Amino acid sequence: MSQIKKNPPSDAFAPGDFEIVGADTAQSERFARRPVTYWGDALRRFRQNKLAVAAFFLLLLITIMTIAVPMLSPYDYAKQDLKVRKQWPSADHWFGTDDLGRDLFTRVWQGGRVSIAIGVLGALIVAAVGCVYGGIAAYFGGWVDMLMMRIVEILSSVPNLLVIIMMSIILDSSSIPTLLLAMTITGWCPVARLVRSQMLQISRSEYVMAARVMGVPPLQIVLRHMIPNTLSLIIVNITFRVPGFIFSEAFLSYVGLGVQPPNTSWGALASAGQANLLFYPYMMLFPSLFIALTMLCFTLMGDGLRDALDPKLRR
Amino acid sequence: MLKFTLKRLGYMLVVLFIVVTITFFLVHSIPGDPITAMVQDLPEETRTVYLARYGFDQPLGVQYVRFIKACLCGNLGESLRYPGRKVIDIVRNYAPVSGVIGGLSLAIGFTIGILCGILAALNRNKWPDKLIMVIAILGTTIPTFVTAAVLQYLLTVTWPIFPTTGWGQAKHIVLPVLCMCVGPVATYARYMRSSVLDTVNQDYILTAEAKGVSQFRIVTRHIFRNSFLPCITMICSSIAGIFSGSFIIESIFAIPGLGKYFISAINDRDYSVVLGLNIIFTGIYILAMLLCDILMALTDPRIRYSNDR
Amino acid sequence: MSELLKVENLSVSFLSYAGEVRAVRDVSFHVDARETLALVGESGCGKTVTSKSIMRLLGRTTGVIQPGSHIYYKGEDILAMDKKRLSQIRGSEISMIFQDSMTSLNPTMTVGAQITENIRTHARVSRADALRRAEELLRMVEIPNPHERLRNYPHQLSGGMRQRAMIAIALAMDPSLLIADEPTTALDVTIQAQLLDLLRGLKDRLGMSIILVTHDLGIVSDFADRVQVMYAGRIVERGTVEEIFQNPRHPYTWALLRSIPGMAPDRKSRLYSLHGTPPDLLLPLEHCPFAARCEYCMPICKKQPPAETVLSDTHGAACWLLHPNAPRVEIPRGIGGVNRD
Repeated sequence: MSQIKKNPPSDAFAPGDFEIVGADTAQSERFARRPVTYWGDALRRFRQNKLAVAAFFLLLLITIMTIAVPMLSPYDYAKQDLKVRKQWPSADHWFGTDDLGRDLFTRVWQGGRVSIAIGVLGALIVAAVGCVYGGIAAYFGGWVDMLMMRIVEILSSVPNLLVIIMMSIILDSSSIPTLLLAMTITGWCPVARLVRSQMLQISRSEYVMAARVMGVPPLQIVLRHMIPNTLSLIIVNITFRVPGFIFSEAFLSYVGLGVQPPNTSWGALASAGQANLLFYPYMMLFPSLFIALTMLCFTLMGDGLRDALDPKLRR
Repeated sequence: MLKFTLKRLGYMLVVLFIVVTITFFLVHSIPGDPITAMVQDLPEETRTVYLARYGFDQPLGVQYVRFIKACLCGNLGESLRYPGRKVIDIVRNYAPVSGVIGGLSLAIGFTIGILCGILAALNRNKWPDKLIMVIAILGTTIPTFVTAAVLQYLLTVTWPIFPTTGWGQAKHIVLPVLCMCVGPVATYARYMRSSVLDTVNQDYILTAEAKGVSQFRIVTRHIFRNSFLPCITMICSSIAGIFSGSFIIESIFAIPGLGKYFISAINDRDYSVVLGLNIIFTGIYILAMLLCDILMALTDPRIRYSNDR
Repeated sequence: MSELLKVENLSVSFLSYAGEVRAVRDVSFHVDARETLALVGESGCGKTVTSKSIMRLLGRTTGVIQPGSHIYYKGEDILAMDKKRLSQIRGSEISMIFQDSMTSLNPTMTVGAQITENIRTHARVSRADALRRAEELLRMVEIPNPHERLRNYPHQLSGGMRQRAMIAIALAMDPSLLIADEPTTALDVTIQAQLLDLLRGLKDRLGMSIILVTHDLGIVSDFADRVQVMYAGRIVERGTVEEIFQNPRHPYTWALLRSIPGMAPDRKSRLYSLHGTPPDLLLPLEHCPFAARCEYCMPICKKQPPAETVLSDTHGAACWLLHPNAPRVEIPRGIGGVNRD
């Protein structure tokens, strides 16, 4: 109350100071701060998270390497050279060679191609199917929704890993498309649930109600409110799911159901290296390192994206 | 409460039935018969004898009905690879081993994880939080087989403290349990941390503070219980994973558990065992989910009373 | 009357990424024993932050009470207390009830447990005695079937009942001061009236003081003894209920009074609405904060913040219109005692 204890004496003022001019409506209606758009704010918050940005660039680097190295390397990833079996890392073979004399540096990046492709594609497929399924269930509601969600419930009552194993056995081929099919066949269920509940929550919200009352056509409500408000959730979800797929593929390859030689993946390389762990630890070290590094990057980036995109945390 | 449990139980049986049916038809849709898939150059007469012995010469419908009947009697079929070895006996012999390792590691991992999560959340952005979160992130991102291999290399080769592989003595348990702890510790620490941070911002914590309740009592009485509830869902799926989740650990440490057996059955293309174990695993999983629902209802009054009505 | 609480030069800032938000700016006031003080203002004016500062409940937010601020409770500075003394005061000497009873009660504890928690924190009594006291309290706040209600969880009660339970928790230790932060905002009008009646009755019976934080001047007139109008983190006018309603002097108070439905000069006229938004509290205010929205704005208002002009022992307003140099302005038709139709 008493920021200044007393007003200055009467003669301290300019002559016009005490003429009523009234409210400056234009100025008072204007926001004092420049409004920040949602995506602009999200980008700013993401950039503030140094770890997430570093993870992003590291992932970019790993991706570029997986594309470039197998193309540029003097060795072919599948070419066996029995003269140079089990060589420790050297100037010729940066990551050494495996027990058939294949260059591990080339193989690690070739394996990275498979691992990352499966991770990213798997997450994208799951997200796409989940969105369409969950979206349809939420849009139609009623018995359609009931039925669709019951199906999801039954499908997700089988442990995911078991489904993948069963599917890999049944499909009995280990090309990348069949692997993806095995991993995504029930993998979309959690995404469908997520999308449905988010959609329902939005459609019950006051702002969608308001839009309906104002006569906004349903398609526009979906485009304007539903999709943008679900999108951030899905982006975060995709980022978190990629490591899961890389891990599942690694597991399958480890068990012998994954990518078959001469093609390879990080999981397959690690599995092959494990047999020689006691004497040639480098064979396992490099692929494991890249699995861990990639998973770490996706997790950190996902954390950053979640913090950046979650409107609840916005201030 | 009883009505709720019975309802969930009935629902669970229906789901299990559907899953069994789907799995059965999927397995039997594999081109060729299981005998050929397993052993290629079998004389034609032997093959027919085998097919007849396992009933594979019957129409699919008949096989299905027979299979379901057998299932209801608790007979989940027998191994194709090792005739006479029944799936149910496999479970009886190998499940306890997996149960011991899985149960121990889950109990330890869960306790440590929850405590770490609370510790991290209450010291948000200070060094305990950062340390725990770094360990937790590493724990979730390094695959189990890497952790296992590294630990095995360090603690059995570099410093020979524990035996490399084997089963039967207490010292055999340490390494596998240690490896299997890492996952739960990391997951629960991360999950509990965010859950606690969520609870801390709730208005009722402010109310408790306004009552003059001490910090310690606020943590134990208000924060813990309310942040613990969301973790219950997770602990149940972890319980379900006790029996199936240790595939890798069991094969690396050569532990005669269900997971290792399952993997070798896959590699042997021993379909009947795979099918039988799959049903067992799914059954356990669904049972754990049911347990979770009941547990949730018991601990969260909001759910308890909405079920009664 | 004796002074129960005295707030001196209270300033609270929030640190956000955009800068320092000065939510409360150098606010001083006092509360006497057995009186009701209303803090009135629109959302974001700093009234809730002020009330939470009194109990030092800003801990979990990024709010920081600035050095130089003092809050004396019976002569003892709350801001200088150690944790132990603070917990003794909280809940037993000063209590607080919050706006949203749904989120302010712990969903996994019974109502009884939440009341006894307060009792057993401050007094060494057995669980049974505490429960008996809790039942008594529920009866006091006029909850039917108090014995059964003790075992209920918050979600099993209606909104009005939950707020009553909140009051029971707050009054468990016979506090000298009750801070009610928008206690009726989340309730519908009839329940609102019942609850205010209850609070008024309890206040007289228990002889406590109340700080009522509200945005609704309408509920203040027959509830409070004194009123303080806050705007942009400052008190712009203070006075007894009579002074504020009969002879308001600040254009912001006029605007608030004209926005009350029953106060319009005649039934056909449109309800007055104040245009614009409060100033951004990030900016340093080197002028009257209300200037941009004020119908009576003068050039001086944009050059310098006005000091309080003391009008009586209890009445004061911070407005340049009260300066001897300013033109005389009539209180708008329809409000104030002088030309009320």
